[in-house]
Amino acid sequence: MQTEVIMSGFGGQGLMMIGKLLAYAGLEEGKEVTWLPSYGPEMRGGTANCTVVVGDRPIGSPLISSPKAAVVMNQPSLEKFAPTLKKNGILVINSSMIPINSDRDDLRSFRIKANDIAAELGNRRSANLVMLGAYIGMEEAVTHETILKAIEKTFEKKPQFVEVNCKTFMEGYELAKAGKSDD
Amino acid sequence: MAKVLMKGCEAIGEAAVRAGCRNFFGYPITPQTEVPEYLAKRLPEVGGLFVQAESEVAAINMLYGAAGVGKRVLTSSSSPGISLMAEGVSYIATCHLPVVLVNIVRAGPGLGGILPAQSDYLQATKGHGHGDYKLVVLAPSSVQEAVDLMYEAFDLADHYLTPVMVMGDGMIGQMMEPVEIPPMRDLDDLPAKPWAITGAKGRKPNIVNSLYLSEVACNANNWKMKEKYDEIVKREKRSETYGCDGEKLDVLIVAYGTMARICNTAMAEVVASDKQKRIGLFRPITLWPYPYEALAKEAEKAKQILVVEMSTGQMVEDVQLAVLGSRPIDFYGLTGGLVPSPDDVADKLRKILT
Amino acid sequence: MKKIFGYPNSLTVNPTHYCPGCTHGTIHRLVAESLDELGLRERAVGIAPVGCSVLAYNYFNCDMFEASHGRAPAVATGAKRCRPDLIVFTYQGDGDLASIGMAEIVHAANRGEKITVIFVNNAIYGMTGGQMAPTTMPGQVTTTCPAGRNPSHEGYPIRVVELLSTLRTPAFIARAAAHTPLHVIEAKRVIREAFRLQAEDVCFSMVEVLSTCPTNWGLTPSEANKWLQENMVPYYPLGVLKRPDVDETPIPEVAASLKGA
Ligand SMILES: Cc1ncc(C[n+]2csc(CCOP(=O)(O)OP(=O)(O)O)c2C)c(N)n1
Ligand code: SF4
Repeated sequence: MQTEVIMSGFGGQGLMMIGKLLAYAGLEEGKEVTWLPSYGPEMRGGTANCTVVVGDRPIGSPLISSPKAAVVMNQPSLEKFAPTLKKNGILVINSSMIPINSDRDDLRSFRIKANDIAAELGNRRSANLVMLGAYIGMEEAVTHETILKAIEKTFEKKPQFVEVNCKTFMEGYELAKAGKSDD
Repeated sequence: MAKVLMKGCEAIGEAAVRAGCRNFFGYPITPQTEVPEYLAKRLPEVGGLFVQAESEVAAINMLYGAAGVGKRVLTSSSSPGISLMAEGVSYIATCHLPVVLVNIVRAGPGLGGILPAQSDYLQATKGHGHGDYKLVVLAPSSVQEAVDLMYEAFDLADHYLTPVMVMGDGMIGQMMEPVEIPPMRDLDDLPAKPWAITGAKGRKPNIVNSLYLSEVACNANNWKMKEKYDEIVKREKRSETYGCDGEKLDVLIVAYGTMARICNTAMAEVVASDKQKRIGLFRPITLWPYPYEALAKEAEKAKQILVVEMSTGQMVEDVQLAVLGSRPIDFYGLTGGLVPSPDDVADKLRKILT
Repeated sequence: MKKIFGYPNSLTVNPTHYCPGCTHGTIHRLVAESLDELGLRERAVGIAPVGCSVLAYNYFNCDMFEASHGRAPAVATGAKRCRPDLIVFTYQGDGDLASIGMAEIVHAANRGEKITVIFVNNAIYGMTGGQMAPTTMPGQVTTTCPAGRNPSHEGYPIRVVELLSTLRTPAFIARAAAHTPLHVIEAKRVIREAFRLQAEDVCFSMVEVLSTCPTNWGLTPSEANKWLQENMVPYYPLGVLKRPDVDETPIPEVAASLKGA
């Protein structure tokens, strides 16, 4: 089994970080992982993305042209990556910022108001974790428990954020598990 | 040891520290700046030295000085910076000094772009600076291999008293993968360097020099270097094959670095959709010395060869030299920071196969 | 109605890629206004550096080169010597000019190339993500001096225009800043004077402009302006360091040997 996800949004939305959390969790579970960031000049203010592959066997290409999943936090990312997704691919859309849907009907789309949820739960900057939660709720590339552990570890030095970040992640996770898309 | 998740550039820096390197001189340039940034933090922790040079020209000459006084020393740069270092490397090679260079290749020529490329192949393997010298060139295809080759590069450099380059594309530098970091080398165990400049106490002065006004002496040193290179050619060629176990192959792909991994995925994709097809992959690990014989052996099984690179076909010459016209050679490449995707390579394979 | 303020003709209408609050854009505008006011645009040749302003060729509405890192003054020399009628200027950051390009700027200045150098000093490498520059302040944290610049290891920041002022040849050398409206007005005045001196074929001219890099300083734009005022201005004094009209007494030996020749 190999999962491949592209996480994309504006620089500063924290896409690199949730990609790393997923990669750390994969490593923690003894899986093979690769995390490949975009590092082009578009980084400055523009769109940033990373590709995370998690698998049971050594990973060939870390670069994925047609991924099985995409987590998109802004509209340019949706427009760029939705068309590249594999058939039956997963598309997690931040509906706080993206009013539109992909026009493809062969995808498993899930809309979630990541920014609103994060703000409600008390940390506006953790919308990315809501998105990661929703993705893991759609496809357990790793278990949600391992992600929670990875969050704890990542925020070791800022313990005041651990609880709220775990909460925002779990909110995304549970909404996706329950299939409560914001349509 | 447990694996840790590390970015290629940082893992390269850590591997150098583990290999007993305590001295780094370099200059920032994307996409390898994380190497100096990592070492700026890390080297002071182990009592090492980090100096940001004013330019790559200065950096390589700082290496010349540091290697000359007998220290393990590293620099890291990317394509335009490596071009600036060419003169210094020529001096270093001629003086038989061991240094390790990292080139995280970006798109060229000129200022080019900062995205991944493999367009410094000819520079690294055939020329670089002036004169009759060679660089040992190692090309990792994963972060783990980058670590392992870095660790070894210092030993190769010390053993042959020659500059060694670890060359990866931008993806190797920027990607994170789990790696097992090798143990710390005992600094007391490193090879003795009786030729080093240490102060002529109780011995005749040591001189580090590449000037030979006498044509006879210059000729002699060039042949002494050549002998060393012949030895390296005999002993140090490395390569790996994938899917080459059978008797016959429809296509043998030749690719190195990250490109080889992408080809590996493409190959699996094509074979999965058509079980009749036999595709193999040959991956040179040493770009110089080039594993000609090993490639020739695999090529014998193949009807056709496909070279894939992030360049306009710089390695094709070496593949031609390996197969000497016995097999048709096709090429697929993208440049400028465009990376052939597994789908691109699979499409190319399907075209060749029909 | 009389138009009293407009978009400079010497700037293209392209949106720049500079970060919010970065003063690179302001300095571009000052150069462009100077070219407009002196009527030089159609003879102007800009040389973009390697640094955040590498894309300056997209923003100046005149003929432009893009040079390799640090070498803009050499490229400028080639162009100006072959076409003395052109108005040649370089636009360089502190990594570009004061680190890798130190040799080129010293020699171009010392030969008295009749070019104009706009030197943007933001005390850091912006483009590559915040490494130490030769102009980084003591104690300032960057990614390659994570414990802060330590003068006993990295030396003190280079005062480039003071250093060049010790040379006898270069005749117009000034330092300005771009962090407050008043400073911007003064910067414009010296930049314009620098271009005028070239246009009148008088001398080498150079203006250092203290500039902000909110992104890599890790500050908001207004905090960055304050930081520049409090940390850079005291160390990098503003003003005109050298002017061609200050009559230099010729060095006696040189005068004698010239007479002999
Ligand atoms: C030969 C070479 N070395 C290094 C680089 C990488 N590089 C690009 S911009 C830059 C520094 C730019 O800093 P500065 O001149 O201060 O300009 P700023 O970005 O701050 O405006 C460096 C080191 C390069 N392009 N070429
Ligand atoms: S990185 Fe710094 S110098 Fe570059 S555009 Fe941004 S603020 Fe300006």
